[in-house]
Amino acid sequence: MRPLIRNEWFVRVAAPLLVGALVLAVWQLACQTYEVPAYLFPTPTDIAAKLASDLPGLLGALWSTLKVTFMAFAIAVIAGTALAFLFTQSRIIEFSLLPYAVILQVTPIAAVAPLIIILVKDTTAALTICAAVIAIFPIISNTTIGLKSVDPSLANYFRMNKAGRLQTLVRLRIPSALPFFLAGLRISSGLALIGAVVAEFVAGTGGRSAGLAYEILQSSFQLDIPRMFAALFLITATGVILFLAMAGLSNLLLGHWHESALKVEQ
Amino acid sequence: MGPASQRAALVQAAAAKPPPGPEPHLQPPVVEVLSAEKSFANGTRALAPIDLTVRAGEFLTLIGPSGCGKSTLLKLIANLYEPTDGRINWWRGDFRKVGQDGRRLAFVFQDPTLMPWARVATNVRLPLDLERVPKPQATPRVAAALEQVGLGHAARSFPRQLSGGMRMRVSIARALVTEPNLLLMDEPFGALDEFTRNKLDDDLVALSWERKLTTIFVTHSIYEAVFLSTRIVVMAANPGRVFREVVIDEPMPRGDDFRTSSRFADLCRELSAALTDASIASQGKGAKTPCAR
Repeated sequence: MRPLIRNEWFVRVAAPLLVGALVLAVWQLACQTYEVPAYLFPTPTDIAAKLASDLPGLLGALWSTLKVTFMAFAIAVIAGTALAFLFTQSRIIEFSLLPYAVILQVTPIAAVAPLIIILVKDTTAALTICAAVIAIFPIISNTTIGLKSVDPSLANYFRMNKAGRLQTLVRLRIPSALPFFLAGLRISSGLALIGAVVAEFVAGTGGRSAGLAYEILQSSFQLDIPRMFAALFLITATGVILFLAMAGLSNLLLGHWHESALKVEQ
Repeated sequence: MGPASQRAALVQAAAAKPPPGPEPHLQPPVVEVLSAEKSFANGTRALAPIDLTVRAGEFLTLIGPSGCGKSTLLKLIANLYEPTDGRINWWRGDFRKVGQDGRRLAFVFQDPTLMPWARVATNVRLPLDLERVPKPQATPRVAAALEQVGLGHAARSFPRQLSGGMRMRVSIARALVTEPNLLLMDEPFGALDEFTRNKLDDDLVALSWERKLTTIFVTHSIYEAVFLSTRIVVMAANPGRVFREVVIDEPMPRGDDFRTSSRFADLCRELSAALTDASIASQGKGAKTPCAR
């Protein structure tokens, strides 16, 4: 029988789940032993109970955050990829625009968000812009590097065979850029969620379009710490699901050829 | 049919065919290098003016010490580099002649240079796709090229699933699928073990004979050069130039009989001596000129 440590399923799934269960058990036990009040640090069971009782309200908030996240992510992917293509077509365009993309990246979103929220009337649109600003840079940067990281011998081969610009782009540059683009997607999806939450914090919008960040703020004001943790759990779970979805996409597209997605033979 | 029997069939088929032409020097020129020289932007003078004519059906090998400009010369002939001065003719015209009236050039790189994301058949079909050959016409040609290199069974594999030697065969199949008249090969078997290399040399000599290819081959191996070539150009470095020519006037196609003959050993000795002279001539003349990659 193979030892557990060599079992792929155990290493990838069961081991991290076991660690999680262990942490939760210690947490639960510690809170109960030391009788920590729920308004200071709730037990995992308090949080689960709150999650179950407040689920409809929290799911509504989650939907608002998800809407902003997905819209921002879509904008980042479309605009980021388009800009990366533009950058690789002409050095003058790249050198003219790249510094501004870097400025966008290095400026803290919390500092820019109030300005965007003042300038853009529609709250959802303002939040989406904030999140997209954060999420776009990894796409631009990775895709640009990918489009430029073509095997020089293959590029020579295409040139020697008198391949057109479009043929080279479709048959060589895009497939070469795919691993880089997908790595950018993984980072960008997480950043879109972070951007959405940060923007919600800054905007502090309530009402029907309130997101999970607003729920966290409200819960902290009302000392409803279990609800705060429940909202935090939903944000984290969303982030993990987004990451897994991007990893799955990466495996689907690269699994048969790229080292990053190939299973290591042992 | 396995790779070994494929090769045997290929050698037999080649042996049954008549030689490509009467005398090499009576064949029309395929490539004419006319006082072509090459300097790079960093000031490195890779090649002094070179004059070289390669005629139809020749198997010409470029050999010489590191930095002598073999690969640079081959890339000039492939039109991957522009000569700094002088010019190159292909079929007595400029590069536009390439691709016209069935005059085709194919290049095999030092590495297999395959698209890792595409299956073997798609890799081999690439030059036809770039030429926009319709798929129904391209597919049988791809199958034939793969059969020719003994890889008919590997059409649906990905390059990473193949050994180094098999990948190189795919690269050769990709070159052959366009039915080239001029085949340029830049140290294609340099990274392979000697056994695989000898097998691929056997295949190549049979193929080039059967298809009446004009081949220009770069190698560091004296044995490979003698086994494959009808003519060997020994180059010297600092700057890169033609130093000596050695004609291998032995019947084609060749096999292990030739490889183990005393004549082969004599020719290897002769070429080795020429290379030693070229190395001596390369020393202390001008600045060091690294080989362009």
